[in-house]
Amino acid sequence: MAGQTLIPAGDFRTSYAADTTVFPTTTSRNAMIAGIALICLAPHVVNEYVLSLLIQIGIFGIAALGLNIVVGFTGQISIGHAAFFGFGAFTSAYLSNRFGIPVFFCIPLAGAVTAAVGLVFGLPAARLKGLYLAIATLAAQYILLDFFARAEWFTGGSVPASAEPFSIFGYMLRGDKQYFYVVLAYVVVCYLLVTNLIRSRDGRALVAVRDHYLSAEIMGINLTKYRTLSFGLAAFFAGVGGALYAHYNQVVSNEGFGIDRSIIFLAMIIIGGLGSIMGTLMGTAFMVLLPESMEWLSVALRDSPIDQFLGLKNNIAFLREMAIGLIIIIFLVFEPDGLAHRWRQIKAYWKLYPFSH
Amino acid sequence: MNTQLLIQLLVNGLVVGTLYGVVAMSFVLIYKATQVVNFAQGELLLVGAWVCWWLLTKYQVPFYLGMPITLVFMFLFGIAIQIVILRPMIGEPIISVIMVTIALSTVFSALMKWMFGVNLQPFPRIFQTQNVNILGLQVQTVYLMSLAVSVAMMVGMAWFFRLSKYGLAMRATAFNQQVAQSLGISVKSVFAMAWAISATVSAVAGVVVAVVNGVSAGLSAYGVKVFPAAILGGLDSVGGAVLGGIIIGLLENVAHFLDSEYLHWGNLYEIAPFYALIIILMIKPYGLFGTKDIERV
Repeated sequence: MAGQTLIPAGDFRTSYAADTTVFPTTTSRNAMIAGIALICLAPHVVNEYVLSLLIQIGIFGIAALGLNIVVGFTGQISIGHAAFFGFGAFTSAYLSNRFGIPVFFCIPLAGAVTAAVGLVFGLPAARLKGLYLAIATLAAQYILLDFFARAEWFTGGSVPASAEPFSIFGYMLRGDKQYFYVVLAYVVVCYLLVTNLIRSRDGRALVAVRDHYLSAEIMGINLTKYRTLSFGLAAFFAGVGGALYAHYNQVVSNEGFGIDRSIIFLAMIIIGGLGSIMGTLMGTAFMVLLPESMEWLSVALRDSPIDQFLGLKNNIAFLREMAIGLIIIIFLVFEPDGLAHRWRQIKAYWKLYPFSH
Repeated sequence: MNTQLLIQLLVNGLVVGTLYGVVAMSFVLIYKATQVVNFAQGELLLVGAWVCWWLLTKYQVPFYLGMPITLVFMFLFGIAIQIVILRPMIGEPIISVIMVTIALSTVFSALMKWMFGVNLQPFPRIFQTQNVNILGLQVQTVYLMSLAVSVAMMVGMAWFFRLSKYGLAMRATAFNQQVAQSLGISVKSVFAMAWAISATVSAVAGVVVAVVNGVSAGLSAYGVKVFPAAILGGLDSVGGAVLGGIIIGLLENVAHFLDSEYLHWGNLYEIAPFYALIIILMIKPYGLFGTKDIERV
């Protein structure tokens, strides 16, 4: 089956291996490899601004992937993801500053420490579900933020903590161009990991918990274990994303890990598509570009009557916030399955073109 | 031990707590009738307060006229939100419904900041006398008004649910939507009415807070404090919400007292309700009066 270049018009899969394969055809595998190779060229082609956007998409994409495990695949609700993202950032900075651990090891270590914290905050998930869980994670968000403000030994309190630049085997990486490859490597590894996780026994257990938790329990899936595990996994990816964010900015301040960031993470996976791995990346790209497009809009409309009436330039922050809220509502009402669903429809349309029915 | 400060803080806690109770009550009302957890409750407060402030300062409308106009506006506003945004979400998974209300809160808070700015605006003076002397304790008039309004709203709500025909219809819908529909209750209008009443009651609370402290974007914090209050009382118990609100209000101020007198950790005032929330969820997730929903496999 894997030898085929195009998907046949119908289901001809005869083995489990064929059913769970990552790339259904050789064309799709080659296209993915070519795509990654093409992105590798990006730092030499695009300017600084576009490059910084690409890096942000990568970093937030990893964190959003974690959130998609807990929300999209396991069906639990988490409104405190940004706090874990922040925890990863502070942990990585702390580990490299305090213990002199090379940044190369700090990033996965930060992920592991954040995963442990995620497991602790995931414990309520063993007993609670739905709304109660949503509110418990909201409390986790506020408690962790309070901890950041309080624990000066860990975060530096009101003074932002500094984070070492990324280095590998004594070779210091400087500038966005080199850091881009670090982020790209992490994105590829994380996305491959999660793709394979979902194909595995544990991944299927997570999906079963989402689809019908009572049936899942009857089938012998340990609900407590998998619900808590999903929070740990989500926190792991949030921690890795946060650590990458810390070493990208090289300072970690207390701001930017609040509830509004959590909402943006949720928006990313809803717009991308709940329970879709590639959709997560699409949604992240969408949510990173949306506030920027508001900026472009305000520049384009400068000194026009609309601008004078609304005062766009001075209120750009509010415009961004509103755009985020509005886009979430629009997607939920009109396209609840997200961009991934739209992408599948486009593919299905072209597969049978010109005989679409 | 500083008794004077403690009494002052307890009074404070009682006043703030009843306000939390009122907001939690309107939050529970929406949850009970429509099964929607409203993360935008704080923004309803905010919108109400800003509208009233706007009428009073920009158009110089007297308070006794401005307040009813605000309430009518909020009533229609609540219906509009339900029809335009929440109605298409019926039958969607819980995460979508929660996200819609979170998104609504983002939109409203940004819109309010855009329209009215981020600075604290003082509310026009309503009372001539600042303080009243009760049993040797100087109490601000606005506090008394706040307490009176809160209690009045709670009594009004109790009357509405226990004795009015519409309240009965609402309780029936909360109990079982299909049965209610088969008995000739328009579930659609009950849903809209739940939002309308909730928005109106929140607006009253918003105006009360605005009279006491002035209007600013920070008002929406009341919407977050609703969660500890409502969870403590039980998510689907109106009476529990009121009690939960008062307890959370008192807890905040006791935490503040302990913090300033003994512990000196700072900021305990803001975070204590959330620790309480986690503890409640761990040991008694359905609150004091909530319906227990126990499943065993």
